Amino acid sequence: MSAWGDAFVWRALAAGVGVALVAAPLGCFVVWRRMAYFGDTLSHAALLGVALGVVLHLNPVPAVLIAALATGALLVALQHHGEFASDTILGILAHSTLALGVVVLALVESVRVDLFSYLFGDILAVFGTDLYWIAGGVVVGLAALAFLWRPLLAVTVHADLARVEGVPVTAVRLAFVALLAIVVAVAMRIVGILLITSLLIIPPATARHFARTPVQMAVIAAAVAVLAVAAGLAASLTWDTPAGPSMVVASALLFLLSLVVSRGRG
Amino acid sequence: MTNADEALVESRGVSVRLGERWVLEDVDAAVAPGEILTLIGPNGSGKTTLVRVLLGLQRPDRGRIRRRSGLRIGYVPQRVHVEPTLPLTVAGFLALGSRGERERAREALAEVGVARLLDARVQHLSGGEFQRMLLARALLREPDLLVLDEPAQGVDVGGQRELYRLIGRLRERRQCAVLLVSHDLHLVMAATDRVLCLNGHVCCRGAPAAVSADPEYRRLFGPLDREFAVYTHGHDHHHDVDGSVVSHTDQST
Repeated sequence: MSAWGDAFVWRALAAGVGVALVAAPLGCFVVWRRMAYFGDTLSHAALLGVALGVVLHLNPVPAVLIAALATGALLVALQHHGEFASDTILGILAHSTLALGVVVLALVESVRVDLFSYLFGDILAVFGTDLYWIAGGVVVGLAALAFLWRPLLAVTVHADLARVEGVPVTAVRLAFVALLAIVVAVAMRIVGILLITSLLIIPPATARHFARTPVQMAVIAAAVAVLAVAAGLAASLTWDTPAGPSMVVASALLFLLSLVVSRGRG
Repeated sequence: MTNADEALVESRGVSVRLGERWVLEDVDAAVAPGEILTLIGPNGSGKTTLVRVLLGLQRPDRGRIRRRSGLRIGYVPQRVHVEPTLPLTVAGFLALGSRGERERAREALAEVGVARLLDARVQHLSGGEFQRMLLARALLREPDLLVLDEPAQGVDVGGQRELYRLIGRLRERRQCAVLLVSHDLHLVMAATDRVLCLNGHVCCRGAPAAVSADPEYRRLFGPLDREFAVYTHGHDHHHDVDGSVVSHTDQST
């Protein structure tokens, strides 16, 4: 455990905790709105963003943000006008963007990209510029979520009712997709593209049985997520396992524990 | 037909197309202040579509909508499903529609007879309780117009009758207009001032008794003639005992 003396470990912990704090409350809405697959598609598109960043020499975080925002906008447009079911569209976009990302990265031979670190995260490699982008994303994400909380909840419960009551439903929905894109961009370095959705979904699912109000569920989910990130990082340092997957495993164990505890109470 | 100047909301020549099919054709409808107007018609006759157009939730392909400026609408949609994963109390649900202190929410619930449910979980409510909660959320908007799309859905027959009486009382107390959607004439007619019978187009309109005698209406609802006779009886009965019934149900809820 001597690794706790190193600065990079604390940087990793700070980044992980920050991402957990914004991902968990937003993830509550992903659960309530049944948009897990939507989140998954945005995160798959992140690899296309990484490729874009390599080609244009951008930091991967803003590059992924751009790719996720574009994919989100495309999804919203297609879902309103397409003849296909939305999960078909999501599946097409998720895998074609992921595949396109891999292909583009392979074509750019000048740069060697560690694919594994993007797919499963590399929190210990988070350095200066990344940290600023992540901090910015977390602050903006949390502020926007606080501002959007009530209208977003109203739209989640019943969109038509919210609209009659004066909520700008379309704007709120688009803002939510933008927030998801931000979380995907900041979470990619932590748990990796393939595991981002778990960071969004598992802590809220764990919190569900212990919350009586939406706010309580978001707060408990955030606490669970922070715990999972810290435990995963500790496990990673102790047993030399990859940090991102270790966090997700910790998160899943906490979820199982919550099932046992809530069954015991109920 | 109501004078155009005083209508709260009004459609003129509204037509809506769904793919190849016209679900609404050339519909004129208007809700006057303080009246209860009931939209009636078989399934798929365009009732909900007309309501959505009047509420501004859907743009008509032809025709236009006029709403009185500053009109406050309380809306009870047809189907509201709250995700089981969303922990929401009745108080929390009411706060989504209008910010306000608990006391106001409790008063609105009391007005619809379910004040005790303030801290109940939304997912634990019965069909009738859920509809009353929706009604309370609509009332908290201090509406000039209540729009109720099949408000008695998922409520047993006895509860339905009570619910329609409640709507009548709310109109009296609050002096608001009510636009009611129903496919069940028997229960609604007693509580309504005017009926608009819809089947893609406007079949007929007028006072409940006049509509029920209309040949168009009879053609549409012909097989129900026998039941309808039973209904007429109920209608008279309800009007005879109106006052006493009101106080009785107030106590029982």
